[in-house]
Amino acid sequence: MDESIVLQAEHINKSFHDPVTIPVLKDVSLIIKKGEFVSVTGKSGCGKSTLLYILSTMDTDYEGDLYIGGQAMRGRTEKQLARVRNESIGFVFQFHYLLNEFTVLENVMLPGLKLGIHSEVEVKDLAMDRLNTLGIQSLAAKKADQLSGGEKQRVAIARALINSPSIVMCDEPTGNLDKKNSLVVFDIFKKLAEENKQTLLVVTHDQEFAKNTHRTIEMEDGRIIKQ
Amino acid sequence: MNAHLIIRIAKALLLARWKQTLVAAIGVTFSITMFITLLSFMTGLNDLLDGLILNRTAHIRLFNEIKPSLDQPINQSKDYKGSYNFIRSIKSGSSRQEIYNSQAIMQALRKDNRVTGVAPKITAQVFFNDGSIDITGVVNGIDAREESSLFHFNDYVTQGNPLDIENVSNSIILGKGLAAKLLANIGDVVLVTTAKQQQFSLKVVGFFQSGLQELDKVQSYASIGTTQKILGKPSDYVTDIQLKMVDINQAPTVAKEFAKLFNADAEDIQTANSQFETGSSVRSLISYSVGIVLLIVAGFGIYNILNMMIYEKMDSIAILKAIGFSGLDVNRIFLVIAISIGFFGGLLGLFFGFLLSMFIDQIPFNTPSLPTIRTYPINYNPAFYLIASIFSLVTTYLAGWAPSRKASKVDPVIIIRGK
Ligand SMILES: Nc1ncnc2c1ncn2[C@@H]1O[C@H](COP(=O)(O)OP(=O)(O)O)[C@@H](O)[C@H]1O
Ligand SMILES: [Mg+2]
Repeated sequence: MDESIVLQAEHINKSFHDPVTIPVLKDVSLIIKKGEFVSVTGKSGCGKSTLLYILSTMDTDYEGDLYIGGQAMRGRTEKQLARVRNESIGFVFQFHYLLNEFTVLENVMLPGLKLGIHSEVEVKDLAMDRLNTLGIQSLAAKKADQLSGGEKQRVAIARALINSPSIVMCDEPTGNLDKKNSLVVFDIFKKLAEENKQTLLVVTHDQEFAKNTHRTIEMEDGRIIKQ
Repeated sequence: MNAHLIIRIAKALLLARWKQTLVAAIGVTFSITMFITLLSFMTGLNDLLDGLILNRTAHIRLFNEIKPSLDQPINQSKDYKGSYNFIRSIKSGSSRQEIYNSQAIMQALRKDNRVTGVAPKITAQVFFNDGSIDITGVVNGIDAREESSLFHFNDYVTQGNPLDIENVSNSIILGKGLAAKLLANIGDVVLVTTAKQQQFSLKVVGFFQSGLQELDKVQSYASIGTTQKILGKPSDYVTDIQLKMVDINQAPTVAKEFAKLFNADAEDIQTANSQFETGSSVRSLISYSVGIVLLIVAGFGIYNILNMMIYEKMDSIAILKAIGFSGLDVNRIFLVIAISIGFFGGLLGLFFGFLLSMFIDQIPFNTPSLPTIRTYPINYNPAFYLIASIFSLVTTYLAGWAPSRKASKVDPVIIIRGK
């Protein structure tokens, strides 16, 4: 297995059955290499989100094979998959999903605390480091629900980065932001890719955004038509 | 590390919804408070009512019943050995009420280490003469000291000194009801007539109130010596020997043994007062049932609030799962929430239950039939507190079980997609 391959999907098929069977993903295969900044584009409803949920191990109801860091995901228990997500995958949603009961800093720290290999103090330092990178260290003590949309999305990115994951996946991270905030978030991704060599897989509508990534995967009707 | 994190998240979720949490906890607090109070009070009452009879009743009573001999002469005849003998109209012979050799028996009993106390007694049926009216009554000849130490006789003497029957010659303590009928005051002299038509005058030195009015209308107490004199019997005449046992549950078997050994009748307390056992256990059963029902209601409260919380926190659950928490972790978070509601609610409940019991313990409760009782009775048995804590934890665990399971089964994809 090639060391440089972070994620590999082979012949992924998925259908929804409600009540009639509709195939949503058809024979999708792709490879993401270390340090790549990849965008996935396609019309709304073509199956981008569905694919991302499968690649992130949250959805296990599919045919085909998925390898993350060379390890097959098939046949793993729910607990093992949770561990994979915690350790190797950072996920950023379209909507800014933060835990409102916690402060910004605690939100960022949670996956690190869950991982349990660093002490609380170390995790705190790591979290502050991520917040610094994203230029939002001043928000650390705020409650999550006191932030603007753009700020929340940056906190979500910081949280995705806390455990230095081998890949960060984003589902339309700018889909809910205005032009200005979209640009800020895009610049962050660019910086992560260029300076930190962070592997990124970003689903987006935004052609402008896609053009500026290393590679664009185009989807149509559940198939990859170009990559 | 993981446990610490789970408790931390549970705490944050709890505090974010502290009002609902408080309502749920108050439900538990209320039911535990009631459970403790109810059991303490009911058991207190049970003890009181049992004490009313059991404290004053001998565990074993030895006596001689007047009854026909089981061994009739015809059965001893060789001629009729092989036949069924029907005998009609048997009369009791000259068998005596007195216990033979009573002094020796009492000495033997005092040495028996299963027996804590021995008290002799003589019952004498008499008439109290009040002018032209005769009132039937009973004079109990007792040893005032033994009777007090074994059967709390002194507690029931409401006026006068119980030891006076020993110290004042020809003296008597009358039941309150009997005294009222005779219009007798302390220091007065009452006239008694025995079944053998002998008359005696006795000085009233005290009144006695047992709590059972029917009893107080006929009973009176005198010393053993005085009673023997009334009956014209010698100084070793005793009709009853009363025993207290170390272990009351041994009474039935030991009674049989003594009956055989001393060739007398022996009655144990369980046989004599079987209805009291039943009463006590039914009352306990009722208190436990009510307490458990209250807890179940509180459990449903917790169940509802957890369900609501899970519904509200679907997003949070989805995020937790997306960032690497397993279903089991989520399950534990909600179980911790449920059990902490049970724990803190229950702890407060124990405290308030104790306070409420103490309060009830202060409420005056005066009734003429219970002269020794001044406030409502409360039993502060630590076992109730233990049972209540176990119950509150178990109910909240059970109430949290289904919602926690539900939370652990939340599919993050559905939640994240559904926005
Ligand atoms: N739970 C579901 N049940 C049935 N069909 C679904 C479900 N979720 C998504 N779909 C369908 O699957 C297709 C792909 O959806 P999605 O992956 O969200 O597309 P995209 O993210 O590219 O817009 C759509 O046609 C959508 O209607
Ligand atoms: Mg989508």
